[in-house]
Amino acid sequence: MPHDHHDHDHFHHEGMSPSGHPYRADNDGPLTYWQRMEIAIRELLIEKGQLTPAEISGQIDAMDARSPANGAAVVARAWVDPAFKARLLSDAASASREMGFDIGPLNLIAVENTPQTHNLIVCTLCSCYPRNLLGLPPDWYKTREYRSRAVREPRAVLQEFGLDLPDTVTVRVHDSTADMRYIVLPAQPEGSEDMTEAELADLVTRDSMIGTGLPRQP
Amino acid sequence: MSDWNGRRWHDMGGQAAGPVPMDGHDFALWEKRVDALMVLCGQKGLFTVDGLRRALEDMGEDAFDTMSYYERWVAAVNQNLLETGAYSIEELGTRMDEIATRGPTYAEAQNG
Amino acid sequence: MAERVRVKTLMPPGHVRAPWYLRGKVGVIERRLGAFHNPEQLAYGLPAAKKPLYRVRFTMADIWGNEAENPSDTLDAEIYAHWLEEADTHAT
Repeated sequence: MPHDHHDHDHFHHEGMSPSGHPYRADNDGPLTYWQRMEIAIRELLIEKGQLTPAEISGQIDAMDARSPANGAAVVARAWVDPAFKARLLSDAASASREMGFDIGPLNLIAVENTPQTHNLIVCTLCSCYPRNLLGLPPDWYKTREYRSRAVREPRAVLQEFGLDLPDTVTVRVHDSTADMRYIVLPAQPEGSEDMTEAELADLVTRDSMIGTGLPRQP
Repeated sequence: MSDWNGRRWHDMGGQAAGPVPMDGHDFALWEKRVDALMVLCGQKGLFTVDGLRRALEDMGEDAFDTMSYYERWVAAVNQNLLETGAYSIEELGTRMDEIATRGPTYAEAQNG
Repeated sequence: MAERVRVKTLMPPGHVRAPWYLRGKVGVIERRLGAFHNPEQLAYGLPAAKKPLYRVRFTMADIWGNEAENPSDTLDAEIYAHWLEEADTHAT
C-alpha cells in the first residue's frame, strides 16, 4: 500500500487531538494576513454585540468534544441492539440524539455495509461531512484527489486505503451534494460476538464510518 | 473568442487526479476560531453555509491551490459579513492594520 | 416526479448543488427527503423557498458508460426537484 494510513486512524492514540490528528504547533509563527483578518472579524463582531467571547470559546469546546468516538458508540450500539439499529437506519439523527449526542441540526443518513455491499462517503462539491457527530473531517477527505476520484474509481481509491474489495461486493458511493450527511454502519467483525458494547466501540475507526476502512479485528 | 463547458473549478467529481495524500494535521487555535465564527454567524442568521460555499467557489481555483483551508474560509466569512453589512471595509482595514502593531506572532496579537 | 429521472443539462454559472458529472445522466429515485430551502437563493442572501429534494441512484455505467470502473457499482446523490426531469421525455 502506497501510504501508511494506520498512524492517523487511532483517535484514542496518545498525543493525538480529539479529531485524531497530531497536535499542531501554532501561535508562534509570524502573524499572517489571514490571521489578522480572523482577529479583526472576531473583535468587530464582539464590539458590535453580534457575538460574545464566551460563545466563541463555547463553540470551539463543542467542536473539540465531537470525535469519531461518538460515531463509534453509535455503531457499537447498533451492533448489540437490533431495535436501535433499525431506528438508526430509518433516522440516524434521531438515533444519535437518543444516545445523548448534541448534533445540532444535522440531517444524518446511516448506510449499512453487508457481505454484498460496501458504502463510501464523499463530497465532490466541497467538504460536507457529519462533523456534528464525528468532529472535523480528516485532511484527505477535503483533497482534490479524493473528491475527484471517489465517484469515478472508488475501488482504486479504496485500494490506496488498503481495502481490496472482491467483485462480488457492490460499492455504493454517496455524494453529499445537498442537505444530508452520511455515516457508514460497518459490518461487525467476526469473532467479536462476545465483546461488550464498550469493547466493540474500540474496534470502530473513523475511516470505517466514512467507508475508506474496516473496523479493527478483535 | 472563447467557449466553456460550464463546469466550475470546485465541481471536481470524476476529474482525473493523482493518489490521495494521506498526511493530516490538527487545527491551530486561529483555525478553530474561524470555524466557530462560521457556525455562530450561521446560527445568528448573518449568513448561511451556502453563502460561505458561494464565496469559496467565487474565489477561484488559484485560491484552492495556494491558500490553506481555513485561510479560504476566513476570506469567505469576511466576504459574507461585508455583504451583509456587519462591519465596513474601512473598519476591517483599520483594525487589521492596528493588529499588525501588537506583535510579530498570533499569540501576541490574538486578543483572546 | 417519476421514478426514473434525468438530471437537467443546464449549465448556469453561480452556486448550484447538482454536480456537473451528473448533468444529463439518468437514475432512479432512491428516496424522497422532504423539502429544503433552496441553496441557490440562500447562497446570495436571498429569500429561499423550500424545494423538494431527492436521493437519486445511478449505476456507474449510467454515469461513465464503457469507462466505468465496475458498471454495477452505484452512486447516490441528492438532487433538487428543479434539477430533475422525467427520464422518458427530452430523450437525447
